[in-house]
Amino acid sequence: MDKLDKDIINRLQDGFPISDRPYADVAVELGTDETTLLQRLDIMLQEKTLTRFGPMYHAEKLGGAFSLVAMKIPQHDFDRVVDIVNSFAEVAHNYQRDHEFNMWFVLATETPEQVDGINNKITQQTGYPLYNMPKLQEFYIKLKFFV
Amino acid sequence: MVDDIDRRIIVATQAGLPLTAKPYLQLATQIGISHDELKKRMQAMQDSGVIRRIGAVPNHYKLGYKANGMTVWDVPDEKVQELGQKIGSLAFVSHCYHRPRHLPEWAYNLFAMVHAHNREEALQQVNVIADILGDNDRGHDVLFSTRILKKTGMRIAS
Repeated sequence: MDKLDKDIINRLQDGFPISDRPYADVAVELGTDETTLLQRLDIMLQEKTLTRFGPMYHAEKLGGAFSLVAMKIPQHDFDRVVDIVNSFAEVAHNYQRDHEFNMWFVLATETPEQVDGINNKITQQTGYPLYNMPKLQEFYIKLKFFV
Repeated sequence: MVDDIDRRIIVATQAGLPLTAKPYLQLATQIGISHDELKKRMQAMQDSGVIRRIGAVPNHYKLGYKANGMTVWDVPDEKVQELGQKIGSLAFVSHCYHRPRHLPEWAYNLFAMVHAHNREEALQQVNVIADILGDNDRGHDVLFSTRILKKTGMRIAS
């Protein structure tokens, strides 16, 4: 990754114009040209330096709902529960964490009512209680990593 | 709220923006609306917050941020808003939320995701937060992710 790649990553975390030639507009700011910017972006996406480039949508404003859910799973039963939880399409992310609460997943549903229904199904199929932790307030989201 | 055409724009862009010189023209053609209408609708969705941002999402592991901790804090409920705004504005905190407790097993009501190059640096970040909270920190913990079990992101049905 050279300086131009880093400049691109930093600049493109701050937003992107809605214009006729947006890549050309940003290329001028970065002191490069449209073709180079498009090539660099393509490579960084292929190499997975960037996981995504495009609009990020606000699920709740689309009528959807997100919830963070935690579980405490005994180590010997962990893989079985992972398979069950991950089999639900509404489970968007799932992380193992080094804590008594060792499974943390995000449910993304099209309506808030669906959250409880899916949580009940997961409890029935796994045999473990769920700790539902929907956000009550969001303070700030930036997701900007300077490189 | 979004209408049917907006939904088609969302479905067409949720995997990403086209990497062509005129990405909005390509989307407009694909959806069957004019270039101007597409830009106007995207701008309206951005203004109303339906689109949080158009931009790049870096893979923080690849950028060297290997210690990604979920820090959790037990702070007085009546101060959670004031404190959440302070913590959320720190440069190393990407997300900050107020979430419900599950007493007695889970006493924490403020969550802040921190990102560091290693655990030592992450624990220094935890100390910075603890200093800011002062006496309002009635207990905290940090949970590091040890394995990504699934990561598909939000998907809207087409």
